Amino acid sequence: MADPKKDDVTGVETTGHEWDGIQELNNPLPSWWLWIFYATVVWSIGFTIAYPAWPMLTEATKGMLGYSSRAEVAKEIEKAEAALATTRAKIKSSSLEEIRKNTELFDFAVARGGGLFKLHCSTCHGSNAAGAKGYPSLIDDDWIWGGSLKEIAYTISHGIRQTEEDGLPTEKARASAMPAFGAQGILKRGEVKAVAEYVLKLSKQDHDPKLAAEGEPIYAKQCVRCHGAEGKGDRSLGAPNLSDQIWLYGGDRKTVFTTIYHSRAGAMPAWLDKLDETSVKELTIYVHSLGGGE
Amino acid sequence: MRAFELSILGICFFAALIAAGRAHDDVFAIHCLIAAAAAAFFFYRRMDASERIDYSATGYADGVVRAGVIATVFWGVIGFAAGVYIALQLAFPVLNLDLPWTTFGRLRPLHTSAVIFAFGGNALICTSFYVVQRTTGARLISNDAAWFVFWGYQLFIVLAATGYVLGGTQGREYAEPEWYVDLWLTVVWVVYLVVFGGTILRRKEPHIYVANWFYLSFILTIAMLHIVNNLTMPVSFLGSKSYSAFAGVQDALTQWWYGHNAVGFFLTAGFLGMMYYFVPKQAERPVYSYKLSIIHFWSLIFLYIWAGPHHLHYTALPDWAQTLGMVFSVMLWMPSWGGMINGLMTLSGAWDKIRTDPVIKTMVVAVGFYGMSTFEGPLMSIKDVNSLSHYTNWTIGHVHSGALGWVGMISFGAMYYLTPRLWGRERLYSLRLVNVHFWLATIGIVLYAASMWVSGITQGLMWREMSPFGVPVWSFADSVAAIFTYDLIRAAGGGMYLIGGIIMAYNLYRTVRGDVRAEAPMHGATSDAPSSVAAE
Repeated sequence: MADPKKDDVTGVETTGHEWDGIQELNNPLPSWWLWIFYATVVWSIGFTIAYPAWPMLTEATKGMLGYSSRAEVAKEIEKAEAALATTRAKIKSSSLEEIRKNTELFDFAVARGGGLFKLHCSTCHGSNAAGAKGYPSLIDDDWIWGGSLKEIAYTISHGIRQTEEDGLPTEKARASAMPAFGAQGILKRGEVKAVAEYVLKLSKQDHDPKLAAEGEPIYAKQCVRCHGAEGKGDRSLGAPNLSDQIWLYGGDRKTVFTTIYHSRAGAMPAWLDKLDETSVKELTIYVHSLGGGE
Repeated sequence: MRAFELSILGICFFAALIAAGRAHDDVFAIHCLIAAAAAAFFFYRRMDASERIDYSATGYADGVVRAGVIATVFWGVIGFAAGVYIALQLAFPVLNLDLPWTTFGRLRPLHTSAVIFAFGGNALICTSFYVVQRTTGARLISNDAAWFVFWGYQLFIVLAATGYVLGGTQGREYAEPEWYVDLWLTVVWVVYLVVFGGTILRRKEPHIYVANWFYLSFILTIAMLHIVNNLTMPVSFLGSKSYSAFAGVQDALTQWWYGHNAVGFFLTAGFLGMMYYFVPKQAERPVYSYKLSIIHFWSLIFLYIWAGPHHLHYTALPDWAQTLGMVFSVMLWMPSWGGMINGLMTLSGAWDKIRTDPVIKTMVVAVGFYGMSTFEGPLMSIKDVNSLSHYTNWTIGHVHSGALGWVGMISFGAMYYLTPRLWGRERLYSLRLVNVHFWLATIGIVLYAASMWVSGITQGLMWREMSPFGVPVWSFADSVAAIFTYDLIRAAGGGMYLIGGIIMAYNLYRTVRGDVRAEAPMHGATSDAPSSVAAE
């Protein structure tokens, strides 16, 4: 190198330092870089004057625009509620039957109920309300607790198998309790097998006639009171219909056996605790409109 | 001295066994057994009376750097593989295998820690040991202490990884290991600081090279962040569970003050230190601007530390803190880009090397992704943008363009630079395989980042879309279904990146063995051997 303080390739001066062969050029700061940096600093100072920013002794500066994210949200919610207020007031004051018969209110309730369903219910019942194992389908006409507007509203409002903070059941929640016939020692394992076979017969599935015949008297003794002689169930008790081939947990031999042996106890929240009465009405109309409403 | 060390190791061994027997939970018991095994292993090694000489012909302590290169590549492949697996879990939940140990919730921190701390951390530690010796002209102040840092850090990694899989976690982002693992890392880190800082104090050069400023700021700041964020009260001296010293929004802010500065000082400052040495060395060009390096260093480290609150926009965090987090992030844009300018402009006069040298090509793309993600970061910190991007895959894409593009690629470049030199080989086994790795990684990142942008913006738009009736148009599950294809593309991109990593491991392994692949030189270059190697 002719001049040790100059880089041959670019002709720029170096700082004269060298570490393990690495030198540094003495290039100035790129001006565009510097000016954008200044601009962001100036913008930032301006922004902190306009918006809440600097912590002081007792509280932070509030900013000249008086912005607050909570106030902003409150304003948005207020605006949204105002836009819906008239119709929602009508829904609140009308009976479910009146809403169903009034096209304007019905369409409104279905639209809102559908959104509420996506927000609160789809996690278990699915986006399309077709249910999943342990979560009933809401688009068919098979109801465990009833499919009239009144019954649907009651189920949504008070939930299923809800308990208070003390762990005891609430006053209004729906609850049925089939014994765990095997686990509680009411029936022997072989008896559970026989009665499961009889349930397969009731639901018109392939079954072992001999075993089912053994199960029939057991069914008559243990199950008939709730599920009925023909297995049609009883909605007033929340006892599912066993003859329609629609199953909450599954109708194959193994699942029916497990259900009888250990029993089942799904749960649903009491939505009146979380939603207002009008929202529950809207949800009710929506669920009722899905196809199976009675 | 050896007798003293052996007795300390012996005491550790028996103490760990007793603690394992009296432990209150499985995680703590298994970790005590791992610690006992480690103590026994080092006891056995220390019994060997022959001192191992690590100094290469140059007189520098390079043995620990060689170990670090192996660890970096090893953990890199593990971390990438874990990432591909959890990406596939998101597309196909059945891959959770219905086992607690293999659920997404446990494997995700395993992946993040493996790539950030195991791969990135080993890369930083080993390159910092290499660079500080070369640029100060001084040997590490203590070879033993450096080896303690290396093995101590590997023990930390094993304790962290096994802890996650077994379900032991503090639940703090990027700081999941429990209290005793944190204490161990603190010890290791302080020794690291002493070795690194002590070597700088012993320097033979009058000035401290810019790479060392960045490395030192990384080591110091990580020490501070680690200690404050991990202030916890253990439930029991013999159990893994602990509770944070902070609560509520203060705790959230502490976590993101730590989390964001882990990005700032671990993944940015540390790797800038790496860049400031390996780019000028590989390009054989001077650093572009000394002034810029000073200004962007001080502005970067001053501004970064305040930017954490932008992770908590629209939460319980007071508005004033959100504003400050946002404006400091925006001001951080140019200081970050100072590093990119200095990295890229260092190639002026040597741009032709991009055609012939895939190693420099890897480094250039690294700096390019650095520039892109340090622009995207300030952009996403703006509250209105954040209201769309927050909690979506956009954030994941952003992190990965930084992690895969910047951190990964600059580390690959450094590993390709170091391996022939550390093992005294004339050149890499194959430059063509470096080129294959380069393209697999680059295309992989592009697939990853692009699919996550589309996926994230899709999620953001679906979540915020309200019907005229004041209710959401889409359920959350609808948005999960909508991004399925992007999940597949992301996994494919990650898979390419993983394959590239495996090719690198193979290439470096053959290099260490001293093999040279018979292949045509890259793009008509007269020789594949980097001239600097030939000259040394």
